[in-house]
Amino acid sequence: MRYAMAIDTKKCVGCSDCVVACQTENNVPIGFCRDWVTETVDGTYPNVSIELRSERCNHCDNSPCVRCCPTGASHFEDGGIVLVTHNKCIGCGACIESCPYEARYSHPDGYVDKCTFCIHRVRKGENPACVSVCPTSCMYFGDLDDPNSEIVNVLKNRKFKALAPEAGTKPNIFYLT
Amino acid sequence: MKTRRDFIKISAIGLGATAVAAGAAKAVLGSSLFGNDSDNETDTLRRVPTYCEVCFWKCAGWAHVTEDGNIKKITGNDDDPQCNGKLCPRGTGGVGMFSDPDRLKTPLIRVTKDGKQTYREASWDEALGFISTKMDDLKAKYGPESMALFFHGSSGNHFSHLMKAYGTANLAAPSFAQCRGPRDVGFEATFGESVSSPEVTDIRDTKCLVLIGSHIGENMHNGQVQEMSEAIDKGAVIITVDPRLSTAASKSKFWLPIKPSTDIALLLAWIHVLINDELYNKEYVSAYAEGFEELKAHVKNFTPEWAYGITTLKPALIRSTAREMANAAPSVIIHPGRHAAWYGDDVQRTRAIAILNALLGSWGNRGGIFFKEGIKIPEFPHPEYPKPAWSWKELLDGKYPLANEAVTNSVIEASFPSNGKEARIKGWIISGTNLVASVPLKEELTKAMQSLELLVVVDTMPMEITGFADVVLPECTYLERYDDIRATSHREPTLCLRMPAVEPKHQTKPAWWIAKQLGERLGLGAYFNYKEYSEVLDWQLKQVGSSLEELQRIGVKKSSRKTSPYIEPGADHQFKTASGKIQLFSHEMAEAGFDPMPVFTQHPEPQEGFYRLIYGRAPMHTFSRTANNPNLVALMPENSVWINPQVARIWGIKKDQYVWLKNQDGAVSNFAVKVRLTERIRWDSIYIVHGFGHHHKPLHLAYGRGVNDTELITNVMLDPIMGGTGMRGNFVTFLTEDPRKEAEA
Repeated sequence: MRYAMAIDTKKCVGCSDCVVACQTENNVPIGFCRDWVTETVDGTYPNVSIELRSERCNHCDNSPCVRCCPTGASHFEDGGIVLVTHNKCIGCGACIESCPYEARYSHPDGYVDKCTFCIHRVRKGENPACVSVCPTSCMYFGDLDDPNSEIVNVLKNRKFKALAPEAGTKPNIFYLT
Repeated sequence: MKTRRDFIKISAIGLGATAVAAGAAKAVLGSSLFGNDSDNETDTLRRVPTYCEVCFWKCAGWAHVTEDGNIKKITGNDDDPQCNGKLCPRGTGGVGMFSDPDRLKTPLIRVTKDGKQTYREASWDEALGFISTKMDDLKAKYGPESMALFFHGSSGNHFSHLMKAYGTANLAAPSFAQCRGPRDVGFEATFGESVSSPEVTDIRDTKCLVLIGSHIGENMHNGQVQEMSEAIDKGAVIITVDPRLSTAASKSKFWLPIKPSTDIALLLAWIHVLINDELYNKEYVSAYAEGFEELKAHVKNFTPEWAYGITTLKPALIRSTAREMANAAPSVIIHPGRHAAWYGDDVQRTRAIAILNALLGSWGNRGGIFFKEGIKIPEFPHPEYPKPAWSWKELLDGKYPLANEAVTNSVIEASFPSNGKEARIKGWIISGTNLVASVPLKEELTKAMQSLELLVVVDTMPMEITGFADVVLPECTYLERYDDIRATSHREPTLCLRMPAVEPKHQTKPAWWIAKQLGERLGLGAYFNYKEYSEVLDWQLKQVGSSLEELQRIGVKKSSRKTSPYIEPGADHQFKTASGKIQLFSHEMAEAGFDPMPVFTQHPEPQEGFYRLIYGRAPMHTFSRTANNPNLVALMPENSVWINPQVARIWGIKKDQYVWLKNQDGAVSNFAVKVRLTERIRWDSIYIVHGFGHHHKPLHLAYGRGVNDTELITNVMLDPIMGGTGMRGNFVTFLTEDPRKEAEA
């Protein structure tokens, strides 16, 4: 089982519903976030294009954050989900520095926090909160090992890219382009 | 200068001080594997049906309530076709409306203390008594017609009922003259009916969607955004006309970066190509429309070459996009838009849009515009409303002959003495609209608010308008109250319930209760013949084969249609115009003294050093009402001014710098706004998102953040047909130093 997410940049309107849904679902304190939206603009008027992306922890197969964690708080769960055990985390911040996606933040309660792929929902067979609310249905979550899954299907049929491939982290968030 | 009605900052009297725990409470203290994740908690949440009030789309959803009575989250109801189980960021962030520590908490009455006007806290009994005494007095002195209501949203229904029972028909919604009015009148003049809300556009099945300045995706009209995404999946062609690369434009096969204010020229050229190249739907036009020959003659000279000089759009692009529409017809939508009050010839522009739809045969065909169907909820029994001696129509003085809803601007102008004439309106109730941000007539508004004998504001938040009230009534949020059933006419009839998820916070009360209490004090108890609003809803639902109990359980009840959403093949369909035919040539307009077919008028252009002010929406905010919502402020705390990098180079303006904006009449923004350098905007225009720049300090999060476009809209181009307030004829320049500091020095 290998959990992954594919996000369709052709449909995302950058509304940030994913961000606020994550906030309420996971009690993320206001002022912090586990996911966020970026916009890149290319070209000059009127030959301009933009790409909107909902970003978060890439739950990398080769996760620098797990490798550098001195206490083992950052670890892999079933399906390759990278998690932080809050009561084992000493808040040293090494993982924050190691992440090429800037996906982690220091929670005011003293531990490091980030996207969990909503593992509490996924274990009940539900989609992560961000995927479940997306008004444009531009996000696909599923198991890369399941050849019949929707995510495998979209990745087979569409062009896609991952972010910061040069970092060699083997990320599991894919952007359909 | 001492005025009768000084602006009072509600915080100045210590009412904002109620302590509220910061941030979201940590609900899970147990030893869950991941510390604070919410896996334990979700199982104990209670689910209560509601429909959203953060915008007018009113998506049905569920409030998820914790055991200790807090609202943890709000999610969409899967059965609601308006949201399909997915709320937008504002709906998801609706929890912030409930938790906002700056909410109005108790009734307030204006008093003068030591020569200074201030508010003091009052009991509901006292506040309501004050209002009803004054309303009785106004009725006796000037007649009930001297009262007016300004409203937006669900609460408006309750106050409309109260005002009709009291005896006035002066019920004005800024959503008409400031927003969708021109569009509705333009479509009514053509098809005999408007496109309603939510719009009856069949986007999900369309093959070609044409957007004229309508920025779906930034205006987060949920169902529409969802359907546009579905249409993208299905390979629909999107054509977007916008001086700015809007989000929708960035998803489009064709983006037409038009010179602002020239849309009618493009629309006429498109009509010309469709007719001249015989691309229009001949069968449909001959069966359902009249006035084709007149239209053909009218557009003879409006070639794409003619339009090129006006719009800056290449003739080949105008022709190829017209062909795309024709290829897709009748599964094509030239979108009617929503906020249409732009240049004062807006009914004519929307007429041109309607005519294009007619030529392509979209209304009544799959993938075009469908016929809606809904369930009518009967009124709860009450005595007949008294007939007012006069209504808002008489305030128009023969102007705006096609206005079919009260024109806010006329009601405002009738609220102060002018040209030696006494004011006819003496008292206002304002419910759910921050008039100073929604109506661009600052001078008239100020005069009116100084002249009125009674000004009552009902709101959940201390918006700017509350500072002008004699009495401020704190309403509870939509999550804490019953409201009318949302009975939606659309693809399928739906009924949705809103009920209290939690008890109202502080001393706040629901609008239905406030209206009933006032009604009883005014001797109108017979119009409010119930104890609780749930009785009204249960009675109404039982009339249509449901019950309150059923809707409390399911939230949304869908019914199947009895009629076809499309014209049946070969059917003799009658449109709702007088003749039953679509009016390509409008006799109604001609008789009223207007152009029976749209013409292009040149609008003023910016002087050197000035740029056209274009404003719009961001997906995470609704007008000015969400600017203090903690969850949504976290997503977008302020607006920025979009400036093309070439323009910024001339001015030496840098990215993220703060500038003040000054318009052609010398109006200067209250605050500075952050610069966003972007290639997404033309050189002759700037763009800002509406709803920011609040200057009322009790709005702790919103205060001083960004600029308020309404302050810079001093040139209002009135639509002579229906009174729309065209707002896009304003030009601004940049000030890099604080102009007020200079003035002080």
